[in-house]
Amino acid sequence: MSAKNLKLIKNPLSKENPITVQVLGICSALAVTAQIKPALVMAISVTVVVAVSNLIISLMRNTIPPRIRIIVQLLVVAMMVILVDQFLKAFVYDVSKQLSVFVGLIITNCIVMGRLEAFAMQNKPWESFLDGIGNGLGYGLILFIVAFFRELFGSGTLLGYQIIPESWYAANGGFYYNNGFFILPPMALIIVGIVIWVHRSRNKDLCEN
Amino acid sequence: MNSLRQFIDKIKPNFEKGGKFEKLGSTFGAFETFAFVPNEVTKKGSHIRDAVDMKRTIIVVVLALIPALLFGMWNVGYQHALSVGDTSPICDTIWQNFWYGFLRVLPIIVVTYVVGLAIEFTYAQIRGHAVNEGFLATGLLIPLIVPVTIPLWQVALATAFAVVIGKEVFGGTGMNFMNPALVARAFLFFAYPTCMSGDKVWINDAGDAISGATPLGEIMVGNMPSPSVMDMFWGIIPGSIGETSIPAILIGAALLLITGVASWRIMLSIVLGATAVGLLVNAIGGNAYMELPFYYHFLMGGFAFGCVFMATDPVTAAQTNKGKWIYGFLIGAFAVIIRVFNPAYPEGMMLAILLMNVFAPLIDYYVVDANIRARKKRMQVSK
Repeated sequence: MSAKNLKLIKNPLSKENPITVQVLGICSALAVTAQIKPALVMAISVTVVVAVSNLIISLMRNTIPPRIRIIVQLLVVAMMVILVDQFLKAFVYDVSKQLSVFVGLIITNCIVMGRLEAFAMQNKPWESFLDGIGNGLGYGLILFIVAFFRELFGSGTLLGYQIIPESWYAANGGFYYNNGFFILPPMALIIVGIVIWVHRSRNKDLCEN
Repeated sequence: MNSLRQFIDKIKPNFEKGGKFEKLGSTFGAFETFAFVPNEVTKKGSHIRDAVDMKRTIIVVVLALIPALLFGMWNVGYQHALSVGDTSPICDTIWQNFWYGFLRVLPIIVVTYVVGLAIEFTYAQIRGHAVNEGFLATGLLIPLIVPVTIPLWQVALATAFAVVIGKEVFGGTGMNFMNPALVARAFLFFAYPTCMSGDKVWINDAGDAISGATPLGEIMVGNMPSPSVMDMFWGIIPGSIGETSIPAILIGAALLLITGVASWRIMLSIVLGATAVGLLVNAIGGNAYMELPFYYHFLMGGFAFGCVFMATDPVTAAQTNKGKWIYGFLIGAFAVIIRVFNPAYPEGMMLAILLMNVFAPLIDYYVVDANIRARKKRMQVSK
């Protein structure tokens, strides 16, 4: 893989991150990150949708009339989302239940349309595919960070395994309570804000004046 | 005192630019201004300096909180004695109760100040500006609006959250758009609901015989508040540490109003707003809560405390005079609406103030805008 292509995957993880830098896809980042498992499934779903839609649109890019390109893009994305949705229902039904409407709402995820418009319409299929993977991973990375803290402090578990000892809990004579605020979406927004804060204080060139 | 001044003057050069401990400059400055009036002189241009600086404003707020604090300490002891059926002679018990409450409340205050000031000092140090006095008031407000049984680690966590997320990320004292003390309380309320509401948290080491529900908690489940109106007025009821006693809060209110630290427009309009909506739901009627006489709302929960100490915070309230009327009226109105119509939140005052804190800049913007338009119109007529 050439250095240029590697950049397509690496850049969205940090300097061009879809959530913390472009501030896209916030809605689902708040909705599905109460636990790590649905967050990971969501991240994989979005990655697949972005990557494959990017590939398909890039293949068709020279034949799409500019005036109706949005509709064509939407059709491709919608097809991918339905495929992913059916796949989830067939193989991980419980997670699919948990994600409920948010899988269908990947269609409206700004990251998908943004990458199609900004990248796939101008670039070759392989590069577009890699760009889709990179942005999906960048999205997934933030989802994982947010879900990690929310599940750890909100439920005391990670991926469903108890991390905070049972004997600490007030119900068992200890002193600890799970933090209910972490379960609520506002806390997800605050965590995303803190991630952006940390990210920008480490990369000064991202700060606006 | 003189020797302290001399000592400070002697070590001062070490902390100034180029000195040995230059990095600790703002920490040194904080202690110096804590001990003495700053001896800085304006060197350029002409400026008018007002004696009422932030230090004095904050100290007035702290003084105004003392009556509520002292009464709260006594009430903590009294409620405990009441619940375990302790009936000793009255003279002794006043001091016993006070001492009991003092020992319970003091750790909460210490934890708040230690955590909050540690964060404030760290931030001032990193950002290289002077330590602000703002937290001295916040640090006393937070203990007064929590139940006495609150675990101390939760107080520490909420204080840290309020100072960092509620204040420092926006640039520190004077830049926050929400009242930090209320941010701390809202954090606790949503994070640890079992420690912040219900009928188990308001009395320290309660006996089994007595229900510890606050009047708000009782009316929530459809009963009339059991304490008499006079008890609720004097504050001999379970509740957050400093919020129960109306007279103690009124003493503080008087001090704030005489010194001009708080705005009478805001306090008055909050009462008006609550009265208006209170009378309105009385007129509609329908269930026990809607038929509750409107003045009960002033006596229950944190209404009076929020009205006097929280809503009037000059940083987060509306700045224009007209804006203050609108801001206050809506706080009072929303507080009653949330209490009466939202079964999930027994106390509406906190949420109403936070909501209007967010809207205060918008209110100001439109008040100023309307003024500009009115003047423009006048100008055109006179042409």
